[in-house]
Amino acid sequence: MDWLTPRPEGLFCVPGDFYIDPLRPVARAVISHGHSDHARPEHDHVIATPETLAIMRLRMGEDRAGAIQQEIPYEERLSLGDVTIWLAPAGHVLGSAQIVIEYQGQRAVVSGDYKRTPDPTCRPFQVVPCDLFVTEATFALPVFRSPDPAHEIAKLLHDVHLFPDRTHVVGCYALGKCQRLIALLRQAGYDAPLWLHGALLPMCALYENHGIELGELKPATVAQKAELRGGIVLAPPSAIADRWARRLPDPVVCLASGWMQVRQRAKARGVELPLIISDHADWDALLTTCEQTGAPEIWVTHGREEALIHALGLRGIRGRALRLVGYEAEDEEDISEATE
Amino acid sequence: MIAFAALLERLAFTPSRNAKIALLKDYFTMAPDPDRGFALAAMAGALSFSAAKPAMLRALAMERTDPELFAWSYDYVGDLAETVALIWRSETSHPDRPPPALAEVVTALHTTPKAELPELVAGWLDVSDSSSRYAILKLITGSLRVGASARLAKTALAEIAGLAPDEIEEVWHGLEAPYRPLFAWIEGHAPRPDPQDAPVFRPPMLAQPLDDVDLATFDPHAWRAEWKWDGIRVQLVSSPGGERVYTRTAEDIGHAFPELVAIMSDLGSHVVLDGELLVMRDDEPAPFADLQQRLNRKSPTAAMLRDLPAGVRLYDILFEDSEDLRPLPFDARRKRLEAWYARLSPPRMTLSPLIPFENFSELAVLRSSAREEGIEGLMLKQADSPYVPGRPRGPWWKWKREPLTVDAVLMYAQRGHGKRSGFYSDYTFGLWRDGETGRELVPIGKAYSGFTDEELKFLDRWVREHTTARFGPVREVEPGLVLEIAFDAAQNSKRHKSGVALRFPRVSRLRTDKPAAEADDLATFIRAFL
Repeated sequence: MDWLTPRPEGLFCVPGDFYIDPLRPVARAVISHGHSDHARPEHDHVIATPETLAIMRLRMGEDRAGAIQQEIPYEERLSLGDVTIWLAPAGHVLGSAQIVIEYQGQRAVVSGDYKRTPDPTCRPFQVVPCDLFVTEATFALPVFRSPDPAHEIAKLLHDVHLFPDRTHVVGCYALGKCQRLIALLRQAGYDAPLWLHGALLPMCALYENHGIELGELKPATVAQKAELRGGIVLAPPSAIADRWARRLPDPVVCLASGWMQVRQRAKARGVELPLIISDHADWDALLTTCEQTGAPEIWVTHGREEALIHALGLRGIRGRALRLVGYEAEDEEDISEATE
Repeated sequence: MIAFAALLERLAFTPSRNAKIALLKDYFTMAPDPDRGFALAAMAGALSFSAAKPAMLRALAMERTDPELFAWSYDYVGDLAETVALIWRSETSHPDRPPPALAEVVTALHTTPKAELPELVAGWLDVSDSSSRYAILKLITGSLRVGASARLAKTALAEIAGLAPDEIEEVWHGLEAPYRPLFAWIEGHAPRPDPQDAPVFRPPMLAQPLDDVDLATFDPHAWRAEWKWDGIRVQLVSSPGGERVYTRTAEDIGHAFPELVAIMSDLGSHVVLDGELLVMRDDEPAPFADLQQRLNRKSPTAAMLRDLPAGVRLYDILFEDSEDLRPLPFDARRKRLEAWYARLSPPRMTLSPLIPFENFSELAVLRSSAREEGIEGLMLKQADSPYVPGRPRGPWWKWKREPLTVDAVLMYAQRGHGKRSGFYSDYTFGLWRDGETGRELVPIGKAYSGFTDEELKFLDRWVREHTTARFGPVREVEPGLVLEIAFDAAQNSKRHKSGVALRFPRVSRLRTDKPAAEADDLATFIRAFL
């Protein structure tokens, strides 16, 4: 499919004259979701779901989120040059979308980041049959198989019960993971107030404005040390290993991430209670999704593409590594504010 | 298996001792017999299976996985059992079958012929989740690093029963997995298990350091003094059920010191003795490094038995025949020890002599002048003190020699654990030497203690601000901070680049006043201490 092509700026649609999730400012960009490695500032013209644009404005400010901001709700068609595009839910975070591009009877789907596990805070992934499917491969090794998130939440709540005098501080990213954790805790019947690091509060307010109920949330500050005892505190991953977490009463450091599947990862982070909760497709979901789209050709944007392409090959599907840099969901070494 | 697997997982990531005890108590209270007994055995290192090997696991996994995918996965995860546990796909679904109980796994591993093992194990893996699979695989390969010592498990059991951990120790070595009588006792359904003739361990009496204690208030005539020998504390047990050499943490090291076990067996006298294990050279204690060589080996070579002969300096006697001497005053026990020694003249054993003294200043002089190998300092024992397990404050004091010190330069720092997990609190330090390209630092040791909380904050900040390179969790810093390091002794070491190793190094002072270039030289250090 030669009308879709990787360029240094990102994946480019030639007849539609737009980039998807470009890494540097461009004239026209279609954005899959609001994580900072996909949604970058200062494009001239930005097309995305209303939720994603709201997230971009919150994170980068009204003026940097795009000179022209064009909202298209899921499934609404938009003509750009000779192509028609529409957005389908990706199940990754609020507003996350697969970008469906139709041109001369062919259909390509660029999925962005996605997952198949149900998530109470966003619309579920929709399978769109296509001729070319562009996928991520963040967790593309057969060792990555996410357990039921309810099981992980039960693990956390059992620990809170076992250590009633300690404070459980759970590292989670500000966009998506945080709100999903809160919703999962509420689903499990935990209705006590949840304490939030200041960096997480604005995004939760945005989710609530979009009709996602999160229950009682309170800012976690050192002043309320006594109140925090026995409670659950959510904080960005960068804060849990740092002095901020140490000031909490006898903290149990937890981290909610797909990487927690591997013990060494949890150990290296100094995590006491790893929670395997991922917002990406696991190995089985990646393969199933690729098969369900019926696409004879799969392009892999970022992650462990060699394993996925090898496994697709065993199933008679042609895979191609785009080797787009700049989308690594979580840096190997650093605890950066990334998408996972 | 599910509860045991969950416990293992939680323990492995938990640095805090109290949290581990809480987890263990929860498990031992909730888990049924005989599962919990086998879990206890696994923690105590009392389980081993010979038939199952890592190669079998790899073969099993390879039958079900594409080899390329397996190789990439193993490369990423870095641990065979973990890779297999995560990658395993059940061939059939067994919705009706629960994962095997821990006891079922342990029993079957002991009784199943080797040829039938792969099928058995595959069946277990098929019905288990990934954390149970991990526990089963680690159990099979005998590499179950639990993150909790036997002592910690016993402490948890003792807390359930409201006992002292030492009371569990006293019956422990007479029991076997799955320890039903032990659980029945701690839950109050049965009397204390009677070890009868088993050579059980008796928790030793330990001394407190003589810091901030005013000797002037002591009556010298009510005290006895002995040398504190620089070996390791041991308990020799000889009973109708056998002979043991226990360390003070209840580890049986008899296999490494067969000459001592043989002597006890020959004597035929049923006693429990407290003493210091040393390597003896011409009736004098050899340097600790020599003993270290013996301790490093599971069983000694003939050359080691010849060149590094072991001996014990006896301090005390706890039992003679079936008589418990521990309630007797120190002086009375000492008489019994001397009488026993005179009667049997046991080879390779010597009495640790009492040091006569009139007053404590005499002792102080002796202590500061003692620089011989094998002496760590003095022990002060109250003449009427009974033998009390643990570390009671008052009856016994250890009065160590003044430490030696060296001014070294901070080279690397690593984050600590537990409360210190956010701080760079493990420090590698070095001394100067002439290298090929000029003066260079060579590391001579690592210190984790000795500093105050304020000093730790300063060190942590200093490390963060002066980092020159990172290697995983380790930071290299510029050579700019001098630490005064206190240590008990210096030894030659083939394992260290510098050729020296320190005993008990700790940070005694931060020498921010001293330029790094003026820290000590390795050559000067070797001249002074080796």
